[in-house]
Amino acid sequence: MFRIFHISGLALVVVAGLAAQPALAETPNEMLASIQKEASSTPGFQGFSAARGESFFKAKHGNEWSCSSCHTDNPAVPGKHAKTGKVIDPLAPSANAERFTSPKKMEKWFKRNCNDVLNRVCTPQEKGDVLAYLLAVKK
Amino acid sequence: MSIHKQRTFRVFTVALLTMGITMPAAQADDDDRDERYGARSNERYSGKYGGENRGKPLQPAQTNIKFQQECSTCHIAYSPGLLPAESWRKIMNGLDKHFGSDASLDAQDNKEVTAFLVSNASNRWSAPTTPLRITETAWFKRKHDSREINPAVWKNPQVKSPANCAACHPRAERGDFNEHDIRIPK
Repeated sequence: MFRIFHISGLALVVVAGLAAQPALAETPNEMLASIQKEASSTPGFQGFSAARGESFFKAKHGNEWSCSSCHTDNPAVPGKHAKTGKVIDPLAPSANAERFTSPKKMEKWFKRNCNDVLNRVCTPQEKGDVLAYLLAVKK
Repeated sequence: MSIHKQRTFRVFTVALLTMGITMPAAQADDDDRDERYGARSNERYSGKYGGENRGKPLQPAQTNIKFQQECSTCHIAYSPGLLPAESWRKIMNGLDKHFGSDASLDAQDNKEVTAFLVSNASNRWSAPTTPLRITETAWFKRKHDSREINPAVWKNPQVKSPANCAACHPRAERGDFNEHDIRIPK
């Protein structure tokens, strides 16, 4: 009896653990492909541009902060939160393998940071340009 | 009264009496000036710091992973006992405008973190106040007033802000603010 309980308990823990995973990890290129799928429905879409992503990343868009205010002008090095000073790990996948491997995490941060920098959500074009830039940054 | 009920009653009475004996000892951890401060000020609510006191313990033995992960990305994960439950509800309801930054979570994560914060909020808060900033609470202000901390400390770039607990309290993240561990950066 005890053993049955033990095994079913273990099974429950394993199932709960699996269910807690929001989504399976993906690669940054797969994430870029999913943004591209979203962007391709926009009329006149002509692909992403790393150069455009770089200017977008480094420019201010009406608010006090740009992306680089916290992530610095070099996304391959650690950044620093503009307000609290807390260290932020590098954003470029070449310098930090964890970046852009969870769709949930990417959505969370695009929502937050676009709101802080632009007062609105970012378009798929903007997100794709930025990710194309970050993927092009060498360590 | 049945025998069982009588026994329960006796245990309860003993527990009450024991509480009476141990309470003053538990409160003796803070200095004398705290007691005088409470008595001297014109605060309307009873208890130390006019009822705006942080909880004990500040952090439960069993933490919550989501809380640790989500609340420590931009700043340290402030212990739930630092504020009353209603303050945490307000903070978690306004995460999209969190002190000038969008810190929103999805509905499910928000619910889980809120539940953890609320159920471990300050258990020594009797005032009806619900501050959003830990630094605006009476206990914080008293513990960090100019008699305790030289005002020049706040201007040190290594300290940066009174919200930066870990600048002087090395174990702040674990809810440990023991005054013997304080290291004020020079």
